[in-house]
Amino acid sequence: MKRSIIARMAILALLRNRSRSLLTMLGVVIGVAAVIITVAIGTGARTSVSDQINALGSNMIIVQPGSLNLGGVRSGSGGASSLTPADGMAIAKLPHVSAVSPTVTLRTQVVSNGNNWQTTVTGVAPSYTYIRSWPMASGTFISQADTDGAAKVAVLGQTVITNLFPNGQNPLGQTVLVKNVPYVVIGTLTAKGQSGVGQDQDDTIVIPFSSMLERITGQTTLAAMDVSADTSDNVDAVQTEVTQLLEQRHRIASGMPDDFMVRNLQDIANAAASTAAILQLLLAGVATVSLVVGGIGIMNIMLVSVTERTREIGLRLAVGARRSAILWQFLIEAVALSTAGGAIGVVIGTLGSVAVSLGAHWPAAVPLSAVLFSVAFSALVGVFFGYYPAAKASRLDPIVALRFE
Amino acid sequence: MASVVEVRKLRRVYPLVEEPVIALAGVDLTIDPGEFVAVMGPSGSGKSTFMHIVGFLDRPTSGYYAFNGRDVTELPEDTLADIRSREMGFVFQAYNLLPRTSAVENVELPMLYAGIGEKERRAAALGALDAVGLLKYAQHHPNQLSGGQQQRVAIARSLVNDPRLILADEPTGALDVRSTNDIMQLFRKLNDERGITIMLVTHEPDVAAFAKRTVTFRDGHILSDTAAPATPRSLDKLGMAIV
Repeated sequence: MKRSIIARMAILALLRNRSRSLLTMLGVVIGVAAVIITVAIGTGARTSVSDQINALGSNMIIVQPGSLNLGGVRSGSGGASSLTPADGMAIAKLPHVSAVSPTVTLRTQVVSNGNNWQTTVTGVAPSYTYIRSWPMASGTFISQADTDGAAKVAVLGQTVITNLFPNGQNPLGQTVLVKNVPYVVIGTLTAKGQSGVGQDQDDTIVIPFSSMLERITGQTTLAAMDVSADTSDNVDAVQTEVTQLLEQRHRIASGMPDDFMVRNLQDIANAAASTAAILQLLLAGVATVSLVVGGIGIMNIMLVSVTERTREIGLRLAVGARRSAILWQFLIEAVALSTAGGAIGVVIGTLGSVAVSLGAHWPAAVPLSAVLFSVAFSALVGVFFGYYPAAKASRLDPIVALRFE
Repeated sequence: MASVVEVRKLRRVYPLVEEPVIALAGVDLTIDPGEFVAVMGPSGSGKSTFMHIVGFLDRPTSGYYAFNGRDVTELPEDTLADIRSREMGFVFQAYNLLPRTSAVENVELPMLYAGIGEKERRAAALGALDAVGLLKYAQHHPNQLSGGQQQRVAIARSLVNDPRLILADEPTGALDVRSTNDIMQLFRKLNDERGITIMLVTHEPDVAAFAKRTVTFRDGHILSDTAAPATPRSLDKLGMAIV
């Protein structure tokens, strides 16, 4: 007896009881839709977290001076003046380091075009835009020649432009006074928005770090250095190398505290991603439970159906159905219900994800793997919860079944 | 030609805890092709057990049973199911048609399990419905048919695979006198004109009177086995009753 004929009989039996079939599916429909929506939102959240981390800078490591201990009084981090431009040059020669940019920051009043504004002036190297993944909006960035010559050139962030040139004048070529030193604007940066800690990253003026040290602060040490590893896999290795190099350069005996700190954005990214992953796992777990509950619903209805159709089963056995044919018919009915429920759930879940992402401006993406998983899992639920009723049906005694009232 | 049914020393004992029930206590019977046998007897006489064993729905405790000359006592269940789907037809008291399923699809059911192709299936099913006079009701569902019509669909279903034997278990038990007469005349016609072997289980002498041989069971034994050609008298009696 052909399996396809049994399958057709099973589908026909389901179609003869359309409303009950739909209600039976409902549990699986809701379960699968829930799985799809949670996975979609979770995936979207993870993508947006990793986008934000990447926006901070690709493969970036931050080196900062450590704290200073003066007669038992300890300054906070960055209190020590231990990082020098020479340290930066040495780091740049390490393998797997693709770029290094010192940063020296100063919060001060700047004046231009008859307006003034307090902002953060940042002294950097030409590799800064590369390390921070920060494209230019117009003009050019600081060149190596500007750095070598401690040139009086500046690149403006969008917030500074808004406040110094409120009427939309082109800032390129204008002069900005920083601590009474005139800087010529040679470029503007694109808007980067808030940092992970809510700081406005666009409220800044970027100038060559050499110019900052010589003309404005008069110092020789750096506030921090941005180091970029060539690939994200090498971030940990570069972090170790930088630490060892600086310990050597600063003559720090082993076992003594370092006078600098090396921090890794990857750690922050990993922490954020793993938080999102745990949350998603939790939600998917809850959704899977509802899928299993849907499967139990199918088993319930299939058991009712077997009881209700006892005489039919007896008749089928009497007219020559093998017991395996009865088993297959009821198993196929259960699997067809759960798989169809899964497919409907995928459609509803996908529509729901789109609605969530449009309505709540929450990024949502339905991965193909989630779709395949939920359909496969719901089919499995059908096999698991359909087997018992089907086996029960196939084991009926035809004589008893035919007399069943 | 081999006998359709041949049983020797057939015993069936239900092993109950207190006292085993002996349903069949050594039955010998032969049914030849073309016979129309009525099996009679009161409740508990063993006639139903006998029919179940003949139809492979039950197995004897001991004894010999050959169907079409083939010993079937030791055959596996799947083989018996296959023989049922090709060589036996069943008619029950309660019709047992599939609900929400057209008459022609109900008639096709045994052929589905026999693995017969769709075209041949449909042609045979319509032929069988024609034989019972219900061709124009082919697309009707059971709930659109009278009891007598439903039973005729069931008879068409038992005919459809051109069986060696039709087993009818109280086929008129749920019908009124007029329908009973119709159904029994249909069986008689199928037997007379097509030579189909029929074994009919009933407890009504009027119904048994349509058969050509009557076997009466009592307490697991065959009490009598009479070749009783249907007397016009008993047919008249039924005929008069409905006038």
